[in-house]
Amino acid sequence: MLSFIARRLGLAALVALTVSALSFGLLFLSGDPASAIAGEGANDADIAAIRSFYGFDRPVIVQYGDWLWSALHGDFGQSYYFQLPVSSLIADRLSVTMTLGVCGIVFALAVAIPLGVAAAVRPNSIVDRLALFLSVVGQAMPSFWFGLLLIVLFAVKLGWLPPSGTQSWTNFVMPTVVLGYYAMPAIMRLTRAGMLEVLGADYIRTARAKGAGEWRVLFKHALRNAVIPVVSLAAVQMGFMLGGSIVVESVFALHGAGFLAWESIGRNDLPTVQALILIFSMFYIVFTFLADILNAWLDPRMRTG
Amino acid sequence: MQASQDDRANEPLLAVRNLTIDIPVGGGTLHAVRGIDFELKRGETLCIVGESGSGKSLTSLAVMKLLGKSIRPHADAMTFEGTDLANAGPKAMRRLRGDRIAMIFQEPMTALNPAYTVGDQLIEAMRLHRPVSKAEARARALDLLGKVGITAAESRFSQYPHQLSGGLRQRIVIAMALMCEPDLVIADEPTTALDVTIQAQILRLLVDLQRELGMAMILITHDLGVVARVADRVAVMYAGELVETGSAAEIFNAPLHPYTRGLLRCIPVPDKTRRGADLGSIPGIVPSLIGEVRGCAFRDRCDMAVAACVEPIPERNDGPAHSYLCVHDQAALADGPAAPDDREVPA
Repeated sequence: MLSFIARRLGLAALVALTVSALSFGLLFLSGDPASAIAGEGANDADIAAIRSFYGFDRPVIVQYGDWLWSALHGDFGQSYYFQLPVSSLIADRLSVTMTLGVCGIVFALAVAIPLGVAAAVRPNSIVDRLALFLSVVGQAMPSFWFGLLLIVLFAVKLGWLPPSGTQSWTNFVMPTVVLGYYAMPAIMRLTRAGMLEVLGADYIRTARAKGAGEWRVLFKHALRNAVIPVVSLAAVQMGFMLGGSIVVESVFALHGAGFLAWESIGRNDLPTVQALILIFSMFYIVFTFLADILNAWLDPRMRTG
Repeated sequence: MQASQDDRANEPLLAVRNLTIDIPVGGGTLHAVRGIDFELKRGETLCIVGESGSGKSLTSLAVMKLLGKSIRPHADAMTFEGTDLANAGPKAMRRLRGDRIAMIFQEPMTALNPAYTVGDQLIEAMRLHRPVSKAEARARALDLLGKVGITAAESRFSQYPHQLSGGLRQRIVIAMALMCEPDLVIADEPTTALDVTIQAQILRLLVDLQRELGMAMILITHDLGVVARVADRVAVMYAGELVETGSAAEIFNAPLHPYTRGLLRCIPVPDKTRRGADLGSIPGIVPSLIGEVRGCAFRDRCDMAVAACVEPIPERNDGPAHSYLCVHDQAALADGPAAPDDREVPA
């Protein structure tokens, strides 16, 4: 198990290094960064001044090394637009996004796994059909529309929850439901399919023949085997939620990192975009790494791979 | 104490009366098991023999009440040690399973949970029924692993099923079934999935343990060689019915039902069967059991079939424990197939 973790950790570090090179390379994707910063009407002298101020006149490899070294120390440079350190710009945005992402995935798992299990235990029953209905609706309904519906009902009509902002935990209830509901269908269907397959397995019959009760059969013997693909899916969705919750953040006016990324792209604020891409990628890498470890713990056959 | 044990020895451990199993299928009902009776005394080995699809495994799962939700079993009576299995609720069945009645399955490769160590699964089998500590259950498990012929039991204990061979896994499945010293072990083709060399070992082990622990055993198999070596009593199953039941000696030395005889002809006998001679086979195929089945299900394949075979078949007895289902009596069966012109003319 330890050597498995060490190997996965090494792999994760390699992927992270590659990703950092790619996100650094973005800077040069849009042509000369100095003239981009200087703007349309700048003369050659201004551009040259900017070039030497930001260090674009140095060799690329030196720039990359310098950037990476700073990034490792939490320094992502100055935002072109805000003229503030990117790290401080991102820090509080990220805490909003993290809160939302974690709440969203927890909500999705908390709904999807019991529902998937219940649906698999009695296929084609009322519960199964209800679960299917909920997942089809969740898949088909755009997040922004579902978010607006919730705002109309719970904030405007009933006045139970605040419609926007980040002042207290109540602000996160509706965004969590919207984001979680978006991730729920896939997790639910995968849990159901996995459970259906596993419940037909011989070792489930063995467990019953040993005299194990139904709950023990379902949750100790079956779910542990059925949930393995769900772990990988949830890790990817978790990464996606952190980077891709732009829509939900906009609807509920939560100023999170996703929203910031979207704004920064529009403003050509490359250091901010670079930093966000790097951070989102690191999240993906960390989550898939954790998912691999969790899966290896769940299924001993994976520990050799 | 002695007297009460004798009393208990006289009444059957397991008695099944008129067990039927119906399975709903597209366009009808599959009558997989059609009214079978059998009983089993303490310490006795009953072999249920028959080809695939004859209902052997379903019968054993019905005794454990482990048939799926869509399958409907019915029995006039099904009692185990005085417990009425037919009307026992899920809780009562759960207490019996693994404790008083244990089961060994055909496929050792898939019968163990891949996510837990061998030791965890052995310990669980005991702690589901006995208020013992993990250490006590572990000691019992290690003892049993030794008994089922596993060397280095300590290191096997912490291994996962995928790290073990099929033969080892089947030994573990056997040890798991014995954790609570059951009164009855149901072994459903326990050696079919194993290499031939391992088959004999596992079978010997099973029989030795059964004798040592005084358990009763239902051994389900299609291998008559196995039956000849271990059975006290034999029940021959064909198309959902027990066509002949008797002691092992009666079945092997004086088989009556044409199907039983056909099965026995399929076994080559060293020195008696000529090299290159045709091995016996039973022509034809098993009839469909979907919809109403009338008369003898074997009649289309039987060389002694007569017109009366389409009518309900009487159960006949030859001695107290030897019974069979056939229109012919013992004398007619002993004469073998009649010459064509002697046959009754079908109506």
